[in-house]
Amino acid sequence: MNSPSMDLDAASAPSALDAAESMTVPRAPRSGPEVFTLEQASVRVGGHLIWQDVSLSVHAGEFMAVLGPNGAGKSTLLKALLGLLPLSSGRISVLGAPVRRGNRAIGYLPQRRAFDADVRVRGRDIVRLGLDGARWGIPFPMLSLIWHGERGRAEERRLQEVIELVGAAAYADRPIGELSGGEQQRLLIAQALAPQPQILLLDEPFDSLDLRNQQAVSALIQRISQEQGITVLLVAHDVNPILPYLDRVLYLARGRAVLGTPAEVITSDRLSRLYGANIEVLHASDGRVVVVGQPEEVSYHANHAH
Amino acid sequence: MPTTLTESSAGVGPSWDLLADLTDLFHYPFMQHAFLAGTLVAVVAGALGYFMVLRRQSFAGHTLANVGFAGAAGAALIGQPPVVGLLVFGLAAALGIGWLSERQGAGSGSGQWRQDIAVGTVLAFSLGLGLLFERLTSSYAGGIYAILFGAALGVSDRDITVIAITTGVALVALVSIGRPLLFASLDPLVADARGVPARLLSYVFLVLLAFAVAQAVQVVGVLLIFSLLVTPGATAQQLTTRPGRAIALSILLALFFTWVGLTIAYYTPYPVGFFITSCAFVTYILVRLTRLSVNALGRNSHSGGTEDATAQEMIMVERAAQ
Repeated sequence: MNSPSMDLDAASAPSALDAAESMTVPRAPRSGPEVFTLEQASVRVGGHLIWQDVSLSVHAGEFMAVLGPNGAGKSTLLKALLGLLPLSSGRISVLGAPVRRGNRAIGYLPQRRAFDADVRVRGRDIVRLGLDGARWGIPFPMLSLIWHGERGRAEERRLQEVIELVGAAAYADRPIGELSGGEQQRLLIAQALAPQPQILLLDEPFDSLDLRNQQAVSALIQRISQEQGITVLLVAHDVNPILPYLDRVLYLARGRAVLGTPAEVITSDRLSRLYGANIEVLHASDGRVVVVGQPEEVSYHANHAH
Repeated sequence: MPTTLTESSAGVGPSWDLLADLTDLFHYPFMQHAFLAGTLVAVVAGALGYFMVLRRQSFAGHTLANVGFAGAAGAALIGQPPVVGLLVFGLAAALGIGWLSERQGAGSGSGQWRQDIAVGTVLAFSLGLGLLFERLTSSYAGGIYAILFGAALGVSDRDITVIAITTGVALVALVSIGRPLLFASLDPLVADARGVPARLLSYVFLVLLAFAVAQAVQVVGVLLIFSLLVTPGATAQQLTTRPGRAIALSILLALFFTWVGLTIAYYTPYPVGFFITSCAFVTYILVRLTRLSVNALGRNSHSGGTEDATAQEMIMVERAAQ
């Protein structure tokens, strides 16, 4: 099987696309340009207040987790950033412009179940939809190659590049329904990355993955974020697989938000104030952090510090 | 018009001289009409069938076909050609099913169940309506038979015109929306976020499906329609995993079933519908059996543990990269 890091150099050499150059760019400093900003933003869904007066800004290249109990509005935040859900008050801007649906600068991985086993479409074609799926026309790649010439060839190269980037080259030509959850998730990350987004919004990407795949996929996301300078906003139920990589944490609960580094936010004091209840954060001797006392128990592990 | 062949041709076998047989086959206008209508219907049904199978909307397609029964019977009641009723009722049902589907949650199991129940209720009501219409038009028994089982050999000039128009509309629409429709069918949430009008597309698709059904009913009838709508698309998905090729293959299979069915029917006294459905059935079974045996062979050569190997390798690669 091919190793993605080695293939990358070979694939990127003849590429006309600028992904190759950006791969060596070091992680942007946290004080970099603002990628998105919320100003006193509130969201209501069906008359029900989800969160209100949330103000925050996220900078280029940041790796940020969105945490909180079920129903706290974590996925709602991603939908608001995608322009799928209007604010009831306040403002959101993405890359200095108002949010709009279909922004190619944002890659999105929704929370999902796996593809059914009988979906007989190649992984490669699923990834390709990330490049051309929103364009009108018929899904004949050959026709696109003949018709569009250089653009068609550039898309073919980008497709291969992004499949190798996530390490899916060995199984990209198999039907997606026959692949494991971890393999499907890597291909879907490739689909989100295909149009070279500046922002990646991931909703529970570790759901339904086993521990080993959680580690592999989280390491993959972190590497992509770092190498390509992509800002990552990751909704997680369990912060376990990503805690070592996080720049900041956004904790949502009871319609309010707290933002800061994991060490600042995941403390007994801050979480007690956020929840309005007695919350205790315990530090285990092996580095794990466990939060007790919240309506549903979530544990945080920090045992893989790098 | 009866669904079996006229005295002149029934029982006369092919001469196995290709040119002579083809001349013979296309000698009668009713056979020319049947082949022309069958070809147009097969192209639209094959292309839309691929998407219908992919979107798991076979039940919606089935309902649209059965609604066509009420439509055709209703059209006969007010003295209109069946195809008018098929199109009007089909369009109304397509919009109705679209509206009901929208109430279903984002792919959740319970939502799916509710959609099926709602569509099934519409289906039963439309059949009841068809029964009433049929009873009210006393002289329509033969027509009902043609609607249920098709009347490929009774296609009129006017039918051909209507079929040609709906084929044109359906193909132009499909050529324009094919790629976003594929995206929305496979991955509705991501497609929606990427700006694909998934909601509009699901309506457009159902309307196109209503067109395809209204056409196909005239060749294979309400009850046999799946041989052109489901079997080619399902068989094509067994044979290739590339969407573009699968759509082309689905069209070719639908054409093959129709042409073979019409040709055999010409030389026998038996109905066209039987031969088209048999041809579809046999092809599907052969393809499934072939794939099952290929899979069984493949499984022996690839032992398990690929997933673990992949994950382990990924972890090692990511660690090395840091």
